[in-house]
Amino acid sequence: MGITREIETEVAIVGAGPAGLSAAYEIAKAGGEVAIFDENERPGGQLFKQIHKFFGSSRHGAGVRGIHIGSKLLADCEEAGVEIHLNAVVYGIFPDAELGVIIDGHSVRVKAKKVLIATGATEKALAFDGWDKPGVMGAGAFQTMMNVNYVLPGQKVVMIGSGNVGLVVAYQILQAGGKVEAVIEAAPAVNGYSVHANKLKRQGVKILTSHTVKRVLGESSVEKVEIAKVDEHFQIIEGTEELLDADTVCVAVGLTPSIELLKMAGVEMTFLPKMGGFIPLHNEYMQTSDPDVYVAGDSSGIEEASSAMEEGKLAGVCIAGATGHLTEEEQQSRMQEIRESLLALRSGKGGEGRRAGNQEIVRRYEEWKRKNQDQ
Amino acid sequence: MEKKESRPIAVIECCEEIPCNPCMSACPHHAIVIEGGIHHIPQLKPELCVGCGICVARCSGQAIFVVGQEQDYGVVSFPYEMLPLPEKGMIVDGTDREGQTVCQGEILKVMIAKNFDHTTVVTLKVPLGKEDTVRGFRFREDR
Repeated sequence: MGITREIETEVAIVGAGPAGLSAAYEIAKAGGEVAIFDENERPGGQLFKQIHKFFGSSRHGAGVRGIHIGSKLLADCEEAGVEIHLNAVVYGIFPDAELGVIIDGHSVRVKAKKVLIATGATEKALAFDGWDKPGVMGAGAFQTMMNVNYVLPGQKVVMIGSGNVGLVVAYQILQAGGKVEAVIEAAPAVNGYSVHANKLKRQGVKILTSHTVKRVLGESSVEKVEIAKVDEHFQIIEGTEELLDADTVCVAVGLTPSIELLKMAGVEMTFLPKMGGFIPLHNEYMQTSDPDVYVAGDSSGIEEASSAMEEGKLAGVCIAGATGHLTEEEQQSRMQEIRESLLALRSGKGGEGRRAGNQEIVRRYEEWKRKNQDQ
Repeated sequence: MEKKESRPIAVIECCEEIPCNPCMSACPHHAIVIEGGIHHIPQLKPELCVGCGICVARCSGQAIFVVGQEQDYGVVSFPYEMLPLPEKGMIVDGTDREGQTVCQGEILKVMIAKNFDHTTVVTLKVPLGKEDTVRGFRFREDR
């Protein structure tokens, strides 16, 4: 295929989701030159699938549906002159902030001064007897087919996992005209927000806590789902099995950061299960162990869309500062505002844990930095 | 969540700390307050609430209802994001927080507004006393 083209830009961003777009807007607004690369045919990451109204502060788009927040962000970016390359697969990252990209089947070399990796997350899988049958899929996959492609891939769904993804997607299945047979949760209590759970309950959906999926029955597709109660050690209690009629099993058991490019870049990683698994070490400027490589959004630790947008802004402001488009003072004052929004979003149920997780990542970065300097 | 007045006013069933505050800015009468950080639970000032239902449509968690009593019947307004929409005058089943039918009800009002952004506020007439239990409705088979 050969290298056919070269793109030079000040800042290259991988991923046009909430974090990548928010960062791009900050950089372009400050006068920086930004190009975003995204492998999808549409920008927005997961934002355009989110048809529910977001939580958060009403000053920052709360009460607005994710899809509308996405459209606004995209329009802002276009107006600010951000270059967005779609169907652009970034297959490699090389020293000195260079990317290898396939755009519409052509190989392109991208040279930048700074790179932001905002590649989001991947759904975690769950292995059980029959998990490879057609009809067993990630809740996010179901949501994409339903809300982006207007196809309802199943009529009778068993949702595994009661985190906010499981609860929100289950409700959207009802809105799309499907039926949710049950939401299954291994923990003794609902994992996501109770208001999301209550919306489902009012529609008559059962949320079965301390339950797991044992196996999926069916010749060549999902026909029945066997569930069972679990004890406090998450072991199946024999004799509690129950068969549910279903044609689809949605798995919503958490997300893990998409860190393939970051691994290839050779940045330092740390393992922090509560933030989704392996996380790129980064400081409070969202800068990894490679000073030219930044991270934001779920690829820097699993949170939610509003936090991803604020983190994107934070990375954007720091990159704009590092490339000389913001003075130290301007950068610090913007950072302070964004940090306050992030602190507010990282509060309450679930938020405290994410706040502690982020502090832990930065603490480990500082520890790594000290050790590295000592050598 | 406690309700002392009988006229229809907002009942906030948001009992978990969520960093969220659109209800507060939605209320034109400043009847909803969130003190001490946006993750705190919203509180209603009943004396300021006129039961208009704007917060019902604006709450991202669909956790606010307008509940009260008229002379000889109860009324409940709740957010509705399903299709088809009910019509005024329709007789439906009133359902509780678990989706179980608890009584029969009549659709009194179907409120659609541009700034509600596709959240419809439906008001249901229910037998006296059922307004504290009913939180939704189901179309009847024979409609």
